[in-house]
Amino acid sequence: MSGKNNRRREPLTDAQLLMTISIGIFVAMYVLAMIFLGGGFLKAQQIFDLLNDNSYLIIISCALTVVMIGGGINISVGGVIGLTVMACALFLNGTGIAAGPLGIVIALLLALGIGLAFGVGMGFLVSYLEIQPFIVSLAGMFLARGLTTILSVNPVKVAHEGFGELVKAKIKIPFLGYVAQNGNLIPAKIEIGTVVAICVVILMYLLLRYVKLGRNIYALGGNRQSALMLGINVKRTCFSSYVISGVLSGLAGFVFLMHKPAGNASVAMRSEMDAIAASIIGGTLLTGGVGNVIGTFFGVMILATIQKIIALSPLNASWWQEMASGAMLGFFIILQSVVLSNRGKKAKN
Amino acid sequence: MQNDVVLTMRGIDKYFPGTRALDHVDFTLRKGEVHALMGENGAGKSTLIKVLTGVYEKDAGSIWVEGSEGEAHIHSPQDAQNIGISTVYQEITLCPNLTVAENMFIGRTSGGTVPWKEYEKRATEILNNLGIPARAKQELSRCSLAVQQMVAIARAVDMNCKVLILDEPTSSLDEKEVEMLFKLMRDLKSRGVGIIFVTHFLEQVYEVSDRITVLRNGQLVGEYPVSELPQVELVAKMMGKDLDDLEDMEAVGAKSAGKAEVVYEAQGLSSTDCRPYDFAIRRGEVNGFTGLLGSGRSESVRAIFGADRVTGGKVRVKGSEVKISSPHDAMKHGIGYLPEDRKRDGIIADLSVRDNIILAMQVMKGFFHPMSKAQMKEFADEYIKALQIKTASQDTPIKSLSGGNQQKVILARWLLTHPDYLILDEPTRGIDVGTKLEIQKLVLKLAEENMSVTFISSEIEEMLRTCSRLIVMRDRKIVGELTGDQLTQGYVMKTIAGGDQ
Repeated sequence: MSGKNNRRREPLTDAQLLMTISIGIFVAMYVLAMIFLGGGFLKAQQIFDLLNDNSYLIIISCALTVVMIGGGINISVGGVIGLTVMACALFLNGTGIAAGPLGIVIALLLALGIGLAFGVGMGFLVSYLEIQPFIVSLAGMFLARGLTTILSVNPVKVAHEGFGELVKAKIKIPFLGYVAQNGNLIPAKIEIGTVVAICVVILMYLLLRYVKLGRNIYALGGNRQSALMLGINVKRTCFSSYVISGVLSGLAGFVFLMHKPAGNASVAMRSEMDAIAASIIGGTLLTGGVGNVIGTFFGVMILATIQKIIALSPLNASWWQEMASGAMLGFFIILQSVVLSNRGKKAKN
Repeated sequence: MQNDVVLTMRGIDKYFPGTRALDHVDFTLRKGEVHALMGENGAGKSTLIKVLTGVYEKDAGSIWVEGSEGEAHIHSPQDAQNIGISTVYQEITLCPNLTVAENMFIGRTSGGTVPWKEYEKRATEILNNLGIPARAKQELSRCSLAVQQMVAIARAVDMNCKVLILDEPTSSLDEKEVEMLFKLMRDLKSRGVGIIFVTHFLEQVYEVSDRITVLRNGQLVGEYPVSELPQVELVAKMMGKDLDDLEDMEAVGAKSAGKAEVVYEAQGLSSTDCRPYDFAIRRGEVNGFTGLLGSGRSESVRAIFGADRVTGGKVRVKGSEVKISSPHDAMKHGIGYLPEDRKRDGIIADLSVRDNIILAMQVMKGFFHPMSKAQMKEFADEYIKALQIKTASQDTPIKSLSGGNQQKVILARWLLTHPDYLILDEPTRGIDVGTKLEIQKLVLKLAEENMSVTFISSEIEEMLRTCSRLIVMRDRKIVGELTGDQLTQGYVMKTIAGGDQ
């Protein structure tokens, strides 16, 4: 075999192809919005707003992508966010050490701890007792929502001063800003949560691409029996994927609180469904083994852009947003199966 | 213990509910030998291999592996890998969604991160070294089945294993690839690797093996050097009887259907996976489709059954034109089909033997006309007896039966629906000589009872023995139809190969 042969570019893998499609659709959608809706879409701040408003969704979508690549599912992520937000809000409103700056650190640890506990519990049930992940995480979701209501039936607003600063803290980028009507330059603003979410995307990308655990998760989702035969500890791998998704859910809860500093029984309700949708739109297959968090990131951005477009259009109503998101999801699933079956045929011949 | 022994298994027992799969089996493997493990289905070959590789836990007995202190404790495939036992299974046990390189190294390297560059460099070296036509960065699912198999072997080879188990490695390879594999096996042999070779192809055993161990009904029959065990004797030992049966077979031969009624006729039949072709079969006729792997023989018969999407053609069943676009249509018109890949298309692993037998019958009757329990039991009993299916009971899940017995269950399923026309796609693949003969005999008996049968097999002798007409395919086209005097091995080979015409 010659060196030329080795240097030949490999055709895109299924995952890369699906991801490319979703990036393409996002760009096309955004450009169309810029042309036809103009206004906010022409400002860089619009992109940052989409990120700021959806940073928690980006994090739990990554959590779901990791689990789905391993062939599992975790629908408790929204519930865990709700519980974390409520628990942290109550804690930050407490006295003593909680009221000081150290309270914020403890609240963060509390959030991660709650997520970790859910991840470990569900991971154990799914991996070692081999119970259906859908059932386990459904139970996890109910448990989390129930605990949230036990903590407080009424909304809890965070009164912690230091945390208030954190909520207001924004990274300002002047050159991406715009000039307001009164002539003042308004710089682009990025919330801390967005930075955290981007870091999560990068970390999960590196984990799935370069760390052995990540590759084992792909193998597990590709063919569980083969993974076992290849010498991979499938139970531990599966367990780890749920622990990661649990911890990320807790982190997402803390990020949510930094965006909207109030606990409420219905916080992040239904967000697990958005996260599943975002993962699928980004090219993750429900059957496992295929997917990528970069795609998932664009999946979230597509959903967020749809919502923004509808909010700015005369159709502004939540049911239109839901229907448009649903249509997008349906479109993607059909697209995926068409693309994959065509490629399957080509590979065969 | 002798010095050159790499693996010793003594007094291995393994029980399954209702059966004793291994009964005090001994096995010895020496350095640098190819040791064939032979036996009929249900003889315990797979079980022995699975005990050795840690898929099953043995119930009694001991295993020693050279280089490890004392008895080897193998509780998982990982344990087996760690002490130098690698396995390449008949079914590909790699991950289709990963690259070739990654499939070669995943699960067996140290460190927490993946050195992609190094993986790809080393994989390319190994692939080139072994002459495997795959690229390191290629996704495995984009490779042919044969190449996937070779990647699995490359992985095992690179693990510096002492014991390499090849479990039916050649069943999906063509002749050239088999040669490549044998070259590789001899190469490994000279490096001192002990190879356990499990196969159903007797010629292949004699081509590469040094020693043969024969199992029957979970018990050790004996261990023999290849030179001291002629092929006929080997078969006799595996079956535990003489070869008179085989000679009976030859005497029966295949007879032509003559001018009987045409049961099934297709003109220009085509599907998404096969090109248009014409075909007809008469009552009581046994015909065959032959050709190399990938010549389109399976795809053609799948079109008859409506298993792939039919895209064109006229079909007549017993003279009247009908439309067959799904397996259910085909079944309604008296056509049965036993698929090539029984694991994927045939058995429902968790259901009992009985449920698997009555499945097709139930579908035919429709789900609003359930069969009585007594009726189901009666049918199941009848066919378990008629086909000599070895099972603990009717209620045993089919997955715990051996391959040949699973195949018989599926055959029973179709016989129960009393089809006019039965298509058997590789019914004898991966099953032992004895069961093969039984199935061949059964096919001839069915034909005598006026059933029409299409029989597909990779082994030409088998087809010559059963079919009165052979349709030869090459590159997805029918290139010949042989009858009478033309039905000789040489002529069939020539037609398959094409020659100068």
